[in-house]
Amino acid sequence: MEFLSVLSFAVFFLTFASFFSLASLGLNMQWGFTGLFNVGVVGFYAVGAYTSAIVTGPAYPDTLFGGFGLPVFFGYVAAILVSAAIAFVVGFVTLRLREDFLAISTFGIAVSIQLVTLNMQSVTRGPNGLYALPKPLSGLSESNLVDNLLYLLICLFCIGLVYWAFERMVRSPWGRVLRAIREDETAAASLGKNVFAVRLQAFVLGCAVMGLAGALYANFVGFISPQDFLPIFTFQVYVMLIVGGSGNNLGAILGGLVVWGLWSGSGSLIAAVLPPDWQTQAAAVRIVLIGLVLVLMLLYRPAGILRERHIVSREARMVGGGEGSD
Amino acid sequence: MIQFVADGIVFAAIISLGAIGLSMIYNILRFANFAQGEIVAAGAYFSLAVVALMGAGVGAIGPLAFGWPLLVSIGFAIVATCGVVLVVDWLLFRQLRDKNASRITLIMAAFGVSLMGRNIITLLAGGDPINYAFFIPRSVEILPGLRLVPDDLAIIAITVVAVLALHLFLTRTTMGRWMRATAENPTLAQINGIDTRVVIRWTWIVGTGLATIAGALQGHIVELRPEMGFSLLLPMFAALILGGVGNVYGTVLGAVFIGVVQSLAVAIGLSAYREAVAFLLMLAVLLVRPQGLLGARD
Repeated sequence: MEFLSVLSFAVFFLTFASFFSLASLGLNMQWGFTGLFNVGVVGFYAVGAYTSAIVTGPAYPDTLFGGFGLPVFFGYVAAILVSAAIAFVVGFVTLRLREDFLAISTFGIAVSIQLVTLNMQSVTRGPNGLYALPKPLSGLSESNLVDNLLYLLICLFCIGLVYWAFERMVRSPWGRVLRAIREDETAAASLGKNVFAVRLQAFVLGCAVMGLAGALYANFVGFISPQDFLPIFTFQVYVMLIVGGSGNNLGAILGGLVVWGLWSGSGSLIAAVLPPDWQTQAAAVRIVLIGLVLVLMLLYRPAGILRERHIVSREARMVGGGEGSD
Repeated sequence: MIQFVADGIVFAAIISLGAIGLSMIYNILRFANFAQGEIVAAGAYFSLAVVALMGAGVGAIGPLAFGWPLLVSIGFAIVATCGVVLVVDWLLFRQLRDKNASRITLIMAAFGVSLMGRNIITLLAGGDPINYAFFIPRSVEILPGLRLVPDDLAIIAITVVAVLALHLFLTRTTMGRWMRATAENPTLAQINGIDTRVVIRWTWIVGTGLATIAGALQGHIVELRPEMGFSLLLPMFAALILGGVGNVYGTVLGAVFIGVVQSLAVAIGLSAYREAVAFLLMLAVLLVRPQGLLGARD
């Protein structure tokens, strides 16, 4: 029994870590490779979660729209599409402008999305949230542990798929344009690259993955409310990406795991050590500490645990006869 | 209708005080300071601490619900908040500048400072809303169909005085001219013997001073919460962008615009979405006039 409880904790922990790792992979496409500062990660995550909840959830007595009760797979697909569509509109308006306008606009989008989840009662049930969301493959066995294990496999499959796709993309000529834009936008444009289009593609791709992460979360926990989508999430994902190694897809995944471990570990520690009256302060201390981690990383180890690898085109390597010298 | 416009202008007064600091940091240090909201909140809490020490409700001025304690406390709060801000700049932003960090790194660091600041306030003052312990002032009918609390008029007056003082500072003093020169062309300013470090320090001081006033006034008419500044951040950014980045007066105009639009959103029953309405309006303006209403450069 001891073994089973450890196993079920491990499965639960890894499943949660995988939502973060996935969001961190999405952010890596934007921030890590293209240098787009998206302050609204939580907004796209929430869009994914709510979209999947509306598509797959039951019909609630007090909503006017939703409750389609479709298979969970369609929820995931819808989450990807809706997040991507919103990202397209936001990116289309703001990516032409100065880089920090994107930061401000994505922040605004996240705030607006939060207002919608809180106030559009007829769709989101406001602060009461959407409940009884179905979990895929849960009919196969009686055991909760097996359900969760199967769900973890779905999450790992999604991470693997996104990782594989992103690795292929960043190694392609398109991926080199991304990094060229990040390093020197003007130079990239002067080489005839369509900076705006490539940035928009990277932005939409990243947001779609964040939406998928949100959908995976929603159907795992089975209940979502605006309380689950606070600005702290965006911050956590940035810390994960920077700790893991911005510009390195494996680093993004690893960062999700490590920082989620630190976060939940410190949470249990604080809960065990401090009296219950101090929980508000404890939560604040924890956030201050994670802020400190981010700031110290920015100052002393901006490359993260896993550094970005220099990827040189195969052709260039053949001509140059070895590693590129950049 | 006129009532909503007037309410909007009161809100705009507070927004513009906060957004001017944002605008100055943007022009001189060249990044979007996501921690500006926490400067506003810190100012409000410092001010509250002094008011609490002196005894609230003492020496009310005329029909106003506040008296000299609030005005004195703003003075103390400006000094204290500037101290904190300058230490954070010295510990963090100065180092990043020395390392030639990209402007996005600076934004991210500010984002981190914002989150930490909010939680340090929660830690020290608690997370629950606090009110300055004053009596609730009665509103007065100024024009037919327009009722305002005397304090609202005082807030508008304080803002007008602060903006005029800023105008005189920027145009008549040496430091003001240095600031404008640095905003225009930092390299050229340095070649001409302007010490950028001093300019940066004064940029923080002026921006923080105005933000502190905004925080104290907002705390006075509404309440103090650790998130009070953070929830003003979006309207402040919207004012900055609407007015045209690089133009302090444009920021004030942008704030009026945002304040009135949010207030009209309340009027047509969109009160829950007022921040989103102002933000979407900002996006729409950006599509048509990317440089903002009064912006010219770049």
